[in-house]
Amino acid sequence: MDLLWDGIKEAFNLWIRGDAEIIEITLRTLAVSSLATAVSLVLGVPIGAALALKRFPGRRPLVALVNTGMGMPPVVVGLFVAIMLWRSGPFGDLGLIYTPWAIVIAQFVIAVPLVIGISLAAIQAIDPKLLDQMIALGANRVQLLWLIVREARLGLLAALMAGFGAVISEVGASIMVGGNIAGETRVLTTATVLETSRGRFEVAIALGVMLLALAYFVNLVFTSAQQRRPA
Amino acid sequence: MISAVMLLPAYRSRLWILIALAGLIALALLVLACRPAPPAPRGDLILATTTSVQDSGLLEALIPVFEADVNVNVKPVAVGTGAALRLAEEGNADALFVHAPDAERALVDGGHAYNRHFVAYNDFVIVGPQADPANIAGGTDAAMAFTAIATTEARFVSRGDDSGTHKREQAIWEEAGIVPGNSWYAESGQGMGATLIIADQKIAYVLTDRGTFLALSDDIDLVPLVEGDPALLNLYSVLQVSPAKLGVNALAAVAWIEFMLGAEAQTIIDGFRREEFGRPLFHAAAGLQETEVIERFTAQAADG
Repeated sequence: MDLLWDGIKEAFNLWIRGDAEIIEITLRTLAVSSLATAVSLVLGVPIGAALALKRFPGRRPLVALVNTGMGMPPVVVGLFVAIMLWRSGPFGDLGLIYTPWAIVIAQFVIAVPLVIGISLAAIQAIDPKLLDQMIALGANRVQLLWLIVREARLGLLAALMAGFGAVISEVGASIMVGGNIAGETRVLTTATVLETSRGRFEVAIALGVMLLALAYFVNLVFTSAQQRRPA
Repeated sequence: MISAVMLLPAYRSRLWILIALAGLIALALLVLACRPAPPAPRGDLILATTTSVQDSGLLEALIPVFEADVNVNVKPVAVGTGAALRLAEEGNADALFVHAPDAERALVDGGHAYNRHFVAYNDFVIVGPQADPANIAGGTDAAMAFTAIATTEARFVSRGDDSGTHKREQAIWEEAGIVPGNSWYAESGQGMGATLIIADQKIAYVLTDRGTFLALSDDIDLVPLVEGDPALLNLYSVLQVSPAKLGVNALAAVAWIEFMLGAEAQTIIDGFRREEFGRPLFHAAAGLQETEVIERFTAQAADG
């Protein structure tokens, strides 16, 4: 237990000192995971809406595929993205492997099924009569989508939080496609793995505490938005 | 008379050819003389390396010095030696910094890498619980110690990850004529640090590199038991991935190898964390033959 206590003390020390490396790693983690979540939201919500509202052949297997993707192991995603981005892979010429962009791509692949799946469920729960009424009143596509987003707000914010939570906490994909390179692709989870294998448990605990604090703070912001009473 | 003949149309055209040829040769000589210095290495260098040089912090001591000298951005990717060799084979890395001599030779023989040089050495140690149920303490024969562990069925934790250390462990089992894999033998499938922690928790024997063991020695109760066998020599090399592979940054790889063999890097390697642990973590090995390294290693082991 001494170790845990030392680690928590170390975390506060690092914060108070404003340790440059820790701050840099924390900011990179936030930037990479936010970008990946944002892109998965922009692409995932319309796909979720389409799957929720349209009826077409092959819809059910597609929804099942999305639901399977919600539990996709990050290491598997990491392996496939790495094979694509390695020099020997089809997108090797882009030179993206071992850059933060590679992590964004892998995290996007992890987050997008979660966003699609949860927004699909949320949008499907909207009373179809409401949508029919809006169409009858002459709402155009944009107005309709806006209404859907407003009505499914709670569910969509849940999708956002699930996506962000999944990517900020994953380590398997980040270490494989990013390479855990100091000053370039080291994020909080991969740094924690490294410090643990180095036997620097206090620093590893400090990084873990930092990760939890970051996730809590971001979720606090989202939750406030979600639980706000509608005006 | 001759010049008059040469001015005849048939000869004139030949003369022009001669003049043109002379001009071309002069131009070629000029180009050669003014040829700019060979292009300077630049860009990214993907360095496939092993966890032990990263976990010990050696890479972080070397890379900034190299980057200050050369306009190259090193991207060290610390993986098990098996993965590092595979990255090289596929052309997904530019240079290697690894410790699996047999696998390295195979890579060179296969035409995937070349320009292989020893840069550092240290040693593997058989560590285990203080109680030492297999009674191997003080021995200097790794295969004999492994035999004792197997016959007493004392617990042993293996890396099991095809790393350089794992390859060495397998070689020692082979030398002892034992195929491990019974209930007393566990494979962690993880890096050296994690494996040491598991062995410590399970009160087991484990083969480890000296550097990682020293780095973790404050946190674990395992003690060094068998050391000094030439079979426990841990030899690190640098290699360059064959430039025939697509996209390989050969210039940067050559610069890296030159740097690692240079006096500056060798001094850093030799003195790395020496004061902190009261003994060297790595020894410089540039320019030595394998037999010379073994001689030095045996002499140092005899000195204690």
